[in-house]
Amino acid sequence: MIRINCPYCGERDHSEFSYGGDATINYPSLESSEKEWTEAIFFRKNIRGFQLETWHHSNGCRMWLEVERSTITHEIKSVRPCHPDLQKVVENNK
Amino acid sequence: MTRFNAWNVIKNGLNGQSGWSRQWRDPEPKSNYDVIIIGGGLHGLATAFYLAKNHNIKNIAVLEKGWIGGGNAGRNTTIVRSNYMMPGNHEFYEHSLKLWENLSHELNYNVMFSQRAHVSLFHSPGARDSAARRYNIMRLHGTDAELWDLKTLKKKIPHLNYDDSRFPILGAAVQRRAGNARHDAVAWGYARAADSLGVDILQNCEVTGITRKNGSIESIQTSRGTIKGKKVGFAVAGNTSVLWQMAELGNLPIESHKLQAFVTESIKPLLDQVVVYGVGGAHFYISQSDKGSMVFGGDLDWYKSYAQRGNLPIVQDSAEAAMAILPCLGRIRLLRHWAGVMDMSMDGSFFICKTPISNLYLNAGWNYGGFKASPASGWYFADLIANENPHNYVHNHNLERFEKGINIDERGAGPDPKLHG
Repeated sequence: MIRINCPYCGERDHSEFSYGGDATINYPSLESSEKEWTEAIFFRKNIRGFQLETWHHSNGCRMWLEVERSTITHEIKSVRPCHPDLQKVVENNK
Repeated sequence: MTRFNAWNVIKNGLNGQSGWSRQWRDPEPKSNYDVIIIGGGLHGLATAFYLAKNHNIKNIAVLEKGWIGGGNAGRNTTIVRSNYMMPGNHEFYEHSLKLWENLSHELNYNVMFSQRAHVSLFHSPGARDSAARRYNIMRLHGTDAELWDLKTLKKKIPHLNYDDSRFPILGAAVQRRAGNARHDAVAWGYARAADSLGVDILQNCEVTGITRKNGSIESIQTSRGTIKGKKVGFAVAGNTSVLWQMAELGNLPIESHKLQAFVTESIKPLLDQVVVYGVGGAHFYISQSDKGSMVFGGDLDWYKSYAQRGNLPIVQDSAEAAMAILPCLGRIRLLRHWAGVMDMSMDGSFFICKTPISNLYLNAGWNYGGFKASPASGWYFADLIANENPHNYVHNHNLERFEKGINIDERGAGPDPKLHG
């Protein structure tokens, strides 16, 4: 079991969360070419090692989290809220 | 290589089994090959075999970082079927099934292919309509397919859970020619047959670097030295992105996910077919091996991973699914479970295609379906490498299909790799 330290709820089993996916995708502007959109929607770096990814605490506080996790060992380096305002709240409450 | 036949079995039975040669050689790498296949799994070995057999190319190396049968070849639930409906896919998998039907003779090796029927249960009128549509499409293309009503199903598989009031079984979509095979024998059979045609199978030979020159691959650095090849094929599903980036080719429409499988202790004959169960997105498939073990699997672990070990929530999910359709398994003990790393592609279909590098060819993105596909995968990948021109069945199975909007999405699940189970 992977244990994810939710900034709001504390450390929980990963079965409480839903996996989102790659957190580094930047969607291009609406005027961008089909090539750029194809790249953003379909193509992935598929990192073997530490990657930034999103998890949703769907059976908890329902916050979207940005998690830095190894795809080889599943070790987690950092967890923070995706939303920048929530990040600030978490920082201020430390 | 000593052939397996009645005469040799009798002869060696009388001389203390001393007349058998080893199954395949353990050659030193040569410095030059016509074709280098990276990946000694079922797809890589099948490709080498069909290159030698169908296209008369003999100077071939298969590079395997571990040992033959140690990767995904030994990490599957051995199910073979061809119940696909998208253009390209159904022809491809049907050809694969036809190759399976003659594979033991072709390889002179008993792959224990058993056409025991693939029985896919449905639990709602909507699921029945959807199954009927898929199976009608299969019949229109000449693949065998039938629907069993509840009466037939009860007669064929009496011990399924027919009393469940929440998800009552209404019937099943059945492919009788489907079944399973012995995975090790397929790997060994292809390795032995390819080796006897002159293919060098290089085990413990990990690729550590790829040198490019003028838009083509010049040489491959491996843990057993530098090897040059006129043409190079990648067949390393699970780790395709790693090699792809080693060749400085950027991103791929693939994510690596892990899929678990389970084996129980051996019991007396219980289940004569492969049974598949899916309700509300859950997914479960079970069969009984010739040794008597129940072999089953379920969903992906739902998060991206290169770890070849499974996580506990899926153990629980799969056990619950087993209890939901075969409550008689409640007291059986699990012996082993393992996970293999899958190339989950963005539309759930595979890639057999050319690449931006002129002498590099890609075989990847097999999702859940790599085992059954291996004969046809080798067949059409060999054809692509030898003839430079993708066969009609696979001419849309390329990396450009996403930009063109011709995704081959059997489930209609959209661009999320983990949903294409």
